[in-house]
Amino acid sequence: MVVTGIGAFTPLGGDAATFWEGLLAGKSGVRALTEDWAAELPVRIAARVAVEPGEILPRPLARKLDRSAQFALIAAREAWKDAGYEAPATDDANPLAPERLGAVIASGIGGVTTLLDQYDVLKEQGVRKVSPHTVPMLMPNSPAANVGLEVGARAGVHTPVSACASGAEAIGYAIEMIRTGRADVVVAGGTEAAIHPLPIVAFSNMMAMSKNNEDPEHASRPYDKGRDGFVLGEGAGVVVLESAEHAAARGARVYCEAVGQGLSSDAHHIAQPEPTGAGVARAVDDLFARNDLDKSEVVHVNAHATSTPQGDTAEIKALRRTLGEHLDHVAISATKSMTGHLLGGAGGIETVATVLALYNRIAPPTVNVVDLDDDIDADIVRDEARKLPVDGRIAALNNSFGFGGHNVVLAFRTV
Amino acid sequence: MATREEVLEGLAEIVNEIAGIPTEDVALDKSFTDDLDVDSLSMVEVVVAAEERFGAKIPDDEVKNLKTVGDAVDFIVANA
Repeated sequence: MVVTGIGAFTPLGGDAATFWEGLLAGKSGVRALTEDWAAELPVRIAARVAVEPGEILPRPLARKLDRSAQFALIAAREAWKDAGYEAPATDDANPLAPERLGAVIASGIGGVTTLLDQYDVLKEQGVRKVSPHTVPMLMPNSPAANVGLEVGARAGVHTPVSACASGAEAIGYAIEMIRTGRADVVVAGGTEAAIHPLPIVAFSNMMAMSKNNEDPEHASRPYDKGRDGFVLGEGAGVVVLESAEHAAARGARVYCEAVGQGLSSDAHHIAQPEPTGAGVARAVDDLFARNDLDKSEVVHVNAHATSTPQGDTAEIKALRRTLGEHLDHVAISATKSMTGHLLGGAGGIETVATVLALYNRIAPPTVNVVDLDDDIDADIVRDEARKLPVDGRIAALNNSFGFGGHNVVLAFRTV
Repeated sequence: MATREEVLEGLAEIVNEIAGIPTEDVALDKSFTDDLDVDSLSMVEVVVAAEERFGAKIPDDEVKNLKTVGDAVDFIVANA
């Protein structure tokens, strides 16, 4: 399988190119929340998308889509076009058979702002005013279904849900769809739009979020001794995956190979990471056991690293455990230091970042590491982007883990 | 009491808001689903907005009979 298209709608930019530029520049997308509803919250910072979707989508379409589906649709359109497809597969102008095209888009929470806003409408304005679009907007499969409609996907439309691992699990699912022969092309990724007082308070009451309201741009600080939780972000990242044969036959531009995925689950705690990293290590081992990939090829990891005290350390322990001394030759980037944590969207935008890191042979920086935690025994790309080896085949991993103990490791490799 | 012209004008604005169809294209002989991109879900929105604007009650089992803009105008004028 190969990656032939990318799309990103993120706090650093409204398309993949500006997202990548922002990452390389070490730009933070985190800002103070200035809405009235935020004034009394314990957490008043978040990473909003850089461009409002209403500026891009026509109003009649936007009003029928939850914000998470709006993001996914914009990113999917970009990826689809970037892959060289002009029309949906259902259109005669596109030689791709819709029966050979799939769509797998996930989110961690689904249409949560639609659900909460419509409940407010019900209470304040009565039964008649609740939108008839509420159900198709809030269902968690709505972004996948809307992207499937957009591109004309008839091989299957799916939505794996695993909290913050959802986006990565979607891409892994898409890889398997192609590997097992169900599809030749799959549009896959993750999206999330949960910047609303209830999710913010709920995460905050779990003690999971940074309360650094005074200094938004420095609040997300993976691996730093002073890290105090994640910063909520929003957006979507989508890739077009394709069998290598299909891409070659149509002469498509190939960003990199999608090697495969490693999976495991912790059976440890509903929300706490397994502190020794054993669960994550099993996912990494699973990746190498089931895919044609050698540890020595891995030169870069886009880490899950959300900026929580326990999680960041457990992930590095797992990488040390599985990669051993080779980890000293792996450039690790925590891009959530710039984008915040997009929950189910994280695996989407971080796959786009990983694909671009391989394609350009540059690892993006990790910002805000002022005082590196003594337990972080690995080569973190700090402050400035760093060149990756210019010669030979190189591979990169993208890690995503979710509440519930879901561990997903995706692997990509230069072609 | 709204006139037929006023109801047509108001419906055109509602359909424009919901489906993005230019107001001048919302004519009496146009079908909501076939001509104006108003599917069954969006039709519910049109009905609720029309009720509010013209003070008419449009019962749920009446909505299926409102196939064209003219059907809706007639119903609203007769029941407002």
